[in-house]
Amino acid sequence: MSPTSAPPFLRPFSTGGTGAGRTLPFGPRSAGDTGLLPVIGALLLVWAVFGILNPAFLSAENLVSLTLQSAPVGVIALGVVLVLMVGQIDLSVGAVSGIAAAVVVVTTVLLEWPLPVGLLLALSVGVVTGLGYGVLTTRLGLPGFVLTLAGLLVLTGIQLRVLGPRGSVNLPFESGLVRFAQQGFLPPAVAWGAAAAAVAVVTGLRVAERIRRARAGLPRMGLPGLVLRTVGLAALLAAVVGYLGTARGIGYPVALFVALVVLVDVLLRRTRWGRSVRAVGGDRASALLVGVAVRRVTVSCFVAGSTLAALGGILAAGRLAAANQGTGGAETYLFAIAAAVIGGTSLFGGRGSAWSALLGVLVLTSISNGLTLLNLDTATRYIVTGLVLALALTADTLLRGRAAPSVP
Amino acid sequence: MSTPSARDTRSTHADPILSLRGVSKNFGGVRALRDIDLDVRPREVLGVVGDNAAGKSTLAGIIAGAHRPDAGRILVDGRPVVLGSPADARRLGIAAVFQNLALCENLDVVENLFLAHEPTRAGFLDEVAMEREAWDLLGQLATSVPSLRAPVRELSGGQRQIVAVARALLGSPRVVVLDEPTAALGVRQTAEVLNLVERLRERGHAVVFISHQAADLQAVADRFVVLRLGRFGGELDAAGTGYEDLLAAMTGASRPSGRKHG
Ligand SMILES: Nc1ncnc2c1ncn2[C@@H]1O[C@H](COP(=O)(O)OP(=O)(O)O)[C@@H](O)[C@H]1O
Ligand SMILES: [Mg+2]
Repeated sequence: MSPTSAPPFLRPFSTGGTGAGRTLPFGPRSAGDTGLLPVIGALLLVWAVFGILNPAFLSAENLVSLTLQSAPVGVIALGVVLVLMVGQIDLSVGAVSGIAAAVVVVTTVLLEWPLPVGLLLALSVGVVTGLGYGVLTTRLGLPGFVLTLAGLLVLTGIQLRVLGPRGSVNLPFESGLVRFAQQGFLPPAVAWGAAAAAVAVVTGLRVAERIRRARAGLPRMGLPGLVLRTVGLAALLAAVVGYLGTARGIGYPVALFVALVVLVDVLLRRTRWGRSVRAVGGDRASALLVGVAVRRVTVSCFVAGSTLAALGGILAAGRLAAANQGTGGAETYLFAIAAAVIGGTSLFGGRGSAWSALLGVLVLTSISNGLTLLNLDTATRYIVTGLVLALALTADTLLRGRAAPSVP
Repeated sequence: MSTPSARDTRSTHADPILSLRGVSKNFGGVRALRDIDLDVRPREVLGVVGDNAAGKSTLAGIIAGAHRPDAGRILVDGRPVVLGSPADARRLGIAAVFQNLALCENLDVVENLFLAHEPTRAGFLDEVAMEREAWDLLGQLATSVPSLRAPVRELSGGQRQIVAVARALLGSPRVVVLDEPTAALGVRQTAEVLNLVERLRERGHAVVFISHQAADLQAVADRFVVLRLGRFGGELDAAGTGYEDLLAAMTGASRPSGRKHG
């Protein structure tokens, strides 16, 4: 009955009136600290199960394929995370990725334009789509759920038009995009260098923060904790780089995806924009009263979401060396949204993490990859994926503290 | 607590900081406020009292820049101003704690305190500066909030109220508007908030204390303005005004007693 029990994207966008429904002061700690633990647990569980059922699952070569398979949809899921965080949803991310793939392939193959032009054009499809959603949502108050559903239809129609009567266009294997997506791997020196740099930067920042906090007389992270985290991060990165390095290593699309996750994570946690995103997603009316630029923040998330979706489509086109009518079809957006939610980003807005895109997509891809190795069909994959999503949704709703009362 | 007569000498002779003249506000067909005059003077606690739907929150919204009046003028230091947004009001030294507090439950105390006004260092949030200032501020209010990094969702009603008041005090506004700060609180927490109001006056703020609970207002206000069904219902001095007088003014003195208000 209370309008606040529905996710915000099902309600018309409004920046006044509703006020903040105050809920009981119960519920677990903020998402920040527990947010990623469930999905990390789920990932380890999935790997353990498939590793036991078929040892080939955990082979370095299979894990490399798994990461390559994850990257395109992971980039799309990262955009979904941003849109969900601000309390909206974009059902058309698959369609945007499909249209971006079509644009790149048609411009470079059929029109023989230079690749960079095609890429820019494809990305700008994402930018324009996101701007459209953002403006229509924030200015006219259209609910994002139905608006992006309409967008999905329109964009899919345009995708078919762009591809033309053939319905499918192949990229030549010597295309730069295909080489990047299929054959590009970080040289070992670069991979190890990047891992070392990451550990150095993270630790350096932590030490600097610790010193500043000490000077300001604020509580600070204990030295053992600091050492433990540094060692933990170094060990994790060394394990990933080392193990994948025994096979082909870290593909360029995978490196790009991880870099984007880190970038979005820093933006969300360390900038005013990121804080505004969480505030708007958590309580739009309050954020507005306090002076957050609610409309601008919402539009920026739609734009980022669609642009990342377009980038995901480009990577998918490179990986498959083709774009067709099915590129970015229904499975894509369901998969991307499911990945974000399984990763711990809330459908109710205001809670989530960039890392949930990475972890969520790894869980889903692992399930699909593992079932394929066991010769189980698409039907099983859909059913298992759906059940995992239902589980994640339950966790999301329980975390929000909405599950308890009222429903008999 | 000071006696009413001692409070009086402080406030009544100074020029008002903030004045409303003939302010009206309609919501569709609802006439929420009609032709309201009001003065807020330095270092006074002005009690605004009225029954449900008297227009108190509407008045708070107008003073704090959340609502635009349909008619009438707002003066700050005698000069007419337009309060187009809460940010406008803040720039003019007016801060409000709204009835619903306007806190984001998913953000922690520090994040809420500085939301939309975060200090940055090299483009990134300066968490150390924010936490430092938050400690200072909450320390001055002599209050207990369990953890600055606890999400507001986990705080009690009184603690939330304190966080919202602390946020209003950032930037040292001259006028602090509190809309029903005690409505959701128990006895002990109400006493804490009333204490807080006294401390705000001691710190030199003018306080507009809005409530339908006449007893709470009586404990701290220097002066009362009564709202009744959106209209000005009289002004009463704290000295010599009893609880019964306030109740009578709220409900309409000449009405037969015992009538229930919806
Ligand atoms: N945003 C709004 N939209 C429509 N009507 C409103 C709105 N805010 C207040 N009102 C109406 O204005 C009247 C005064 O409300 P309010 O100022 O909230 O009273 P109080 O705070 O004294 O209880 C009420 O009849 C209320 O229904
Ligand atoms: Mg009210």
